[in-house]
This record gives sequence, structure tokens and C-alpha cells, in this order.
Amino acid sequence: MEISDSRKTMITTFKKGGIHPPKEKHLSREKAVQTLPPPPEVVIPLSQHIGAPCEPKIAKGDVVKIGQVIGESSAFVSAPVHASISGKVTNIGPMPHPVLGQAPAVTIESDETDTWAELKAEQDWKKLSSEEILASIRSSGIVGLGGATFPTHVKLSPPKEKPIKTCILNGAECEPYLTADYRLMVEEPGKIATGLAIIMKILGAQEGYIGVEDDKPEAITLLKKEVAKMNIEVVTLEAKYPQGAEKQLIAAITGQEVPSGGLPMDIGCVVQNVGTAAAITQAVTAGSPLIDRIVSVTGAGVASPQNVRVRLGSSFSYVLDQCGGIKGEAGKVIMGGPMMGMAQTSLDVPVIKGTSGILVIPRADVPADQPVSCISCGRCLRTCPMGIMPSIIGILAENERFEEAKRYHLLDCVECGCCTYICPARRPLVHLIKYAKAALRKK
Amino acid sequence: MKDSKLIVSASPHLWAPDTVSLIMWDVVIALLPATIVGLALFGLPAVFITLTCIFVAVVTEWLCQRVMGRKVTVTDGAAVVTGLLLALNLPSGVPLWMAAVGSVIAIIFGKQVYGGLGNNPFNPALVARVFLLISWPLQMTTWPEPGLGETGLDAITKATPLGVLKEQGIEAASQIPLIHSFLGNVGGCIGEVSVLALLMGAIYLFWKGHITWQTPLSFMAGLAVFTGVFWLMDNTQYANPIYHILNGGFFLGAFFMATDMVTSPITTRGMIIFGLGCGLITGIIRLFGGYPEGVSFSILLMNALTPLLDRWKFTHPVKFGEVKSGG
Repeated sequence: MEISDSRKTMITTFKKGGIHPPKEKHLSREKAVQTLPPPPEVVIPLSQHIGAPCEPKIAKGDVVKIGQVIGESSAFVSAPVHASISGKVTNIGPMPHPVLGQAPAVTIESDETDTWAELKAEQDWKKLSSEEILASIRSSGIVGLGGATFPTHVKLSPPKEKPIKTCILNGAECEPYLTADYRLMVEEPGKIATGLAIIMKILGAQEGYIGVEDDKPEAITLLKKEVAKMNIEVVTLEAKYPQGAEKQLIAAITGQEVPSGGLPMDIGCVVQNVGTAAAITQAVTAGSPLIDRIVSVTGAGVASPQNVRVRLGSSFSYVLDQCGGIKGEAGKVIMGGPMMGMAQTSLDVPVIKGTSGILVIPRADVPADQPVSCISCGRCLRTCPMGIMPSIIGILAENERFEEAKRYHLLDCVECGCCTYICPARRPLVHLIKYAKAALRKK
Repeated sequence: MKDSKLIVSASPHLWAPDTVSLIMWDVVIALLPATIVGLALFGLPAVFITLTCIFVAVVTEWLCQRVMGRKVTVTDGAAVVTGLLLALNLPSGVPLWMAAVGSVIAIIFGKQVYGGLGNNPFNPALVARVFLLISWPLQMTTWPEPGLGETGLDAITKATPLGVLKEQGIEAASQIPLIHSFLGNVGGCIGEVSVLALLMGAIYLFWKGHITWQTPLSFMAGLAVFTGVFWLMDNTQYANPIYHILNGGFFLGAFFMATDMVTSPITTRGMIIFGLGCGLITGIIRLFGGYPEGVSFSILLMNALTPLLDRWKFTHPVKFGEVKSGG
């Protein structure tokens, strides 16, 4: 695949659809990442990734240290979880989970010593084999930190018949409000660049790109400086949602579309989030497992919006308290961004590997509009980045005509939410699409 | 944190500002220039007709929704749009009761019997207009002269440019200056005569993103090509395409009724086929039909084809990743 020179210098974007929602990033954009003190208690779910849940490797009453494996699975598509504070295991059992509702988790009560387990020695990644690097990524529990939480070692182990030429890092951060990736890019660009170099080594890829939206010029400048002597290009992307969606990002950077029903590796691409790349660097060079992450705590409902480095397993209420607490009456508390994030029922849920943001929308800002009949305005068709017909699929789903919805390319939907954002009839199109997908899975 | 329940809903949690209601009121705003010109040209009778149409449309919608036990939605502006559009589609000489009957027909048989806004296959205002045209052809084709403000069948009347063309032929028609049609100094329905005023409203709708170019421009292309072919073959018998575009109900129809979201196709290709069809049928009726004007009929006929156009795979957007990459 030849990338034309124009793509390297000009502002590029995906072609179909897309929206320009209000960005709202000013709330936390200039707030440097603050490391929060370890919480008195963490609840670490045994399933924080796509794939097989972990089995607990400790028992109630055990004393654990930071970085110690507390759950893992023998399945390939899985990622171990580690203790994020030192202390005593007080419970193993179902607890609130931000994605699954409720799921088995390990509760650790802090002994306030913050003692680390013994880590592997620091090493020079350039001297390691691909297999050794992959093993260390896996044992560090790294998953896609953009929110998808797919185990990274799996994504970096494509079958032999699918050679990877192009590695892309996603620094678009196209979700409104979120600034965690932005802070990482301006504060630790070196870790990101090294992470990409490690990924390229594992895959034997020739080309590396970091895609960043043009509303983050500081990040672009710093990353460019960092990769100046490397075989990596920083690509400026138009600030348009969903620029950071995997398929749209690949289309913007390479000009190629991942075939319908296919994966990026089908066209020789792998995409990782910039946060994941930094975690890879941390794991491979310093041997430290994934025990914390950067979270944007933001929204008009947060007293002091900021970006914080949080131990995994900290409860939302702990994190919010550290950011001045909730201002006024909270309407929605969302894990992730406003376009694809999940509304939470309680503040007891823990920060997990996929928690890129905690967004609090005040009750007064939650619109009271009720859905009305589709007026066939066609805006959802025009904004759909996948080129499908959300309004028609929504009506079919409402009438439980799921097979027909499939013929209208239901399964191509990436649930980015453009259709629902733009819908003047306020129809819950993504909701209906998820409903239809779930119904088809059950069959 | 107060112990209040959090609101939970599926993503996304952000919405664009436009709602159905805002769009409807924007259409009302877009129709204002044509309404003002119409009322100025045709005087008090036009004012009464317009107020009657809107009032009866809103009351009928309210009654329907109450009787059927549905949520009352008269404030969403849709009934106002229907009433106003109907008024703009009437000659200023029709009696008020006829305007009222039209509004009742539009709301009940054009919209509410199908389940209300979003579910009607035909443009409600056009259903009513055609109903009135067929029921009371004399009143519906008697055109008071603009600028005089007199009403009733005793008023001085002036044939519409398309009527002149049909009944008196190309010689008489060519006497009508095109600038009169552009500004509105011709006979016709209250809201259809001033191309300039309609254009202003259409530009507003484009700017707001409520209409797209496909339907009106392909409508124009269809009409221009069809009438143009005959004009080129025999310009002593057929008027030129510009005459057909600037006169009659083309601008009101193409920009404000063919573009009705509910009753026109949802896809880009569908809209183009819809517009071409409207243009073609309008041309056929104007050149060879019994009526001098065919915009209303053409839109209603294409409305009937809309569900088919939406189902036709050819009209569907090309989905992402459909074309396999070359590698």
C-alpha cells in the first residue's frame, strides 16, 4: 500500500458521513494529569476486557501487593488483572460493573503501605524477540485502552496469512469532552512513539502512523518532534466525529476501506490507541503491569474537571470526590464520552481498563424530548459513516423484523451514534440497532 | 452527592439542536416572504383565506388527536405548515368555507388517518388542493388580478400564465414579461406567483439544512428537459423551458412540497429520481393534459412511488467497505 505524500502533509479525513458535535474539551484540556492517591479500597472486576473472564488466583483473606496477578485465564483471548493497591482481599464475588451491570470482582482493602510486588527488571526492548515482547504485553494485562478493551496481545498476533504493513495509533480522541489521550500526547509523547515502534517490531510492519485531530496542534508538534528520526509519520486529521473509529481512521490515513464484515488486518492494518501504546512501553521496558490509567473527569456536573491518573478499581465516587465532587444535581454519569459512553446507574462502579472518562451531565442539561415518528428527513443516512440506513433499520427493529434489518446492513453498524445525534425526531436509533443485534445473536 | 436517581439511557448522550418542531417552524419562516408578497398582492381576501386555513388546520388536528386519544402535538408547527401551504395553493377568490373544507381534508384525510406526522404517504396540503380542484373546479381556477384586492367571481380576473398558454396559445403567452412572473405580478395562487419571494425562503431552508438540492434541482431538470425537447422541435407551439419554470406552481411545489421530508424519498438517488419524475409528469400534464398546471398532480403521483423508491436497492447509499479494495 502506497500512501501518497499529500496525506502526510495535508489534513485528511474519512469520506462518508460524520458529524461536528460541540467539543466541550475546554473544561479539562489544559489540566495536567494529576496522580490520585491510592484509594482505601479497590474493586477489581475479573472481566475488564473482551474475551474469557479471569479466574481468581487469590483467596479471601490473602495479602496482596501492587502488580500481583489476582486473576487470569488460560484462554488466549483474555487478559490478566493485577492488584492495584497493596492490602488484604476482603471479598471475591459479584460487584457493580460499569459495563456488565454486575460481575465477579476482587475487593482489596488498602494496608496504606502501597508496596509493590517484585517486578521484572527493566529491559531494552530492542534486544527482545517478538514472542518475548508479546508475552510481556499479555502478562501485563494490556487491553485496548480507548474503550474497546480487546486484549492487545491478541490484536498483535494476526495469523500468518495476514501480514501487517501498516500500524496506526489512534490519537484522534474524537469523543467530545475527553482529554485523557490529549494530555498523554503532550505529557508523554516519547512513550507513545516507543510504543508504536515496539508494535511495529512485533508485527514486522514497515509503516507507522499516529493520527491526531487538527484541534490538537500542540500534540501534533510534540509527537512530530518525537518521531523525527523514526519510520513514523504524524498525520493531521480533520476534527470530525467519529474520526477515531477504527475503520474511519484507517480510511482517513490510508485511503482504504476495511471490507464489510472484515477486520483491519484484511488490508494489512492494525490500529491501537495512543494510551495502549504508552502502556505497552511501560510494560515492555519497565516490566510494570497495567494498574492505573488516565481518566478525564469532566462535564458541567463536576466541580473541578481534570485529568487524573487513577488506580484501577477505584470507585467512581472516590474519583469524583477527589475532583471536588458533583456540582448540583447529577442527571447522567457516563463512563467514556457522550457519544458512545455508558450511562451508569450508580457511583459504586469501579474504574476499569476501558474507563477513558467519567462524565457528569447535570440533570438540567439532560433534554426531556420524547421520540416521535420518523419524518424520513434522511439526515441519519447522510451522517452515517458506514453508509447504511439507520432510520429504516430502526423501524424494522421496532417491528421485530430483524432478518430484514440484517439485509439493510444492520451488522455493519459501529454504533458511533451519529444517526441518533442528528435525528430531529429524537429516535433512539443506536438503541434499536443494539436491540436488533442482540436479538439476532440470541437466535 | 444527593441521593437522587441517575438517568440511564443508551448512547449517545448528545443531540443536535434541530427537532422536528424546530424544522416545522423554520418552514413557516421560509414561507413568510411568499406569504407576505401574496397577501400584499391579493389583499384582504387572501389574509382571511390564510388565517382560516391555518386556524382550521390546527383545530382539526387538535380535535383528531383528542378524539383518537393521541398525544396533542399542535404546537409542533406541522399543522400550521399544512394550513399555510394549503392557503398559498389557493386562488384568492375562493370562499372561506372552501378553504376551511380544504384544511379539514388535509389534516384528516391527508395526515391523521395514517397515524399523524411521519406516517402520511401524500403531502397533506396537496391532497386537499387536488380535492378542492376536482370538487369545485370553477372557483379553484378563477384568478383575481393581483394588486386589486377585489374578490369573488365578480372581481376582475386574470388568467394565469399557464392558463394563457393553454387557452390562448404561445402568441398570447409570449406577451407576458418574464420579470412579472419572477416578481409576482401575474395571476395565480396566493403563494405561487412570486418566484423571488419563494427563492428567498428556499435559500433559508438550504442554509438551515432542511432541504437538499437533489429534489428541487432534478425537478427543474426534468421539467426543463421535457419542455425543452418540445420547444426545440416546434417553438411556435410550445413555450420555452424558462417560461415553464418561472410560471405556475413550480417554485412553490419544487422547493416547499416536493421536498416534504415525510412524503419524498430518503436517499440521494431516490430524491433525484423523484424530482425527475415530478418534472416529467408536470411537463406531460402541462403540454398534453386537460389542466394547464400539473405540479400538484405530479408530486402526489411521485409521493405514491416514494415507498418503492426507498426500498429499491439501486437508490441505497453505498456502504462503507462495500467495494473490495484492490489490496
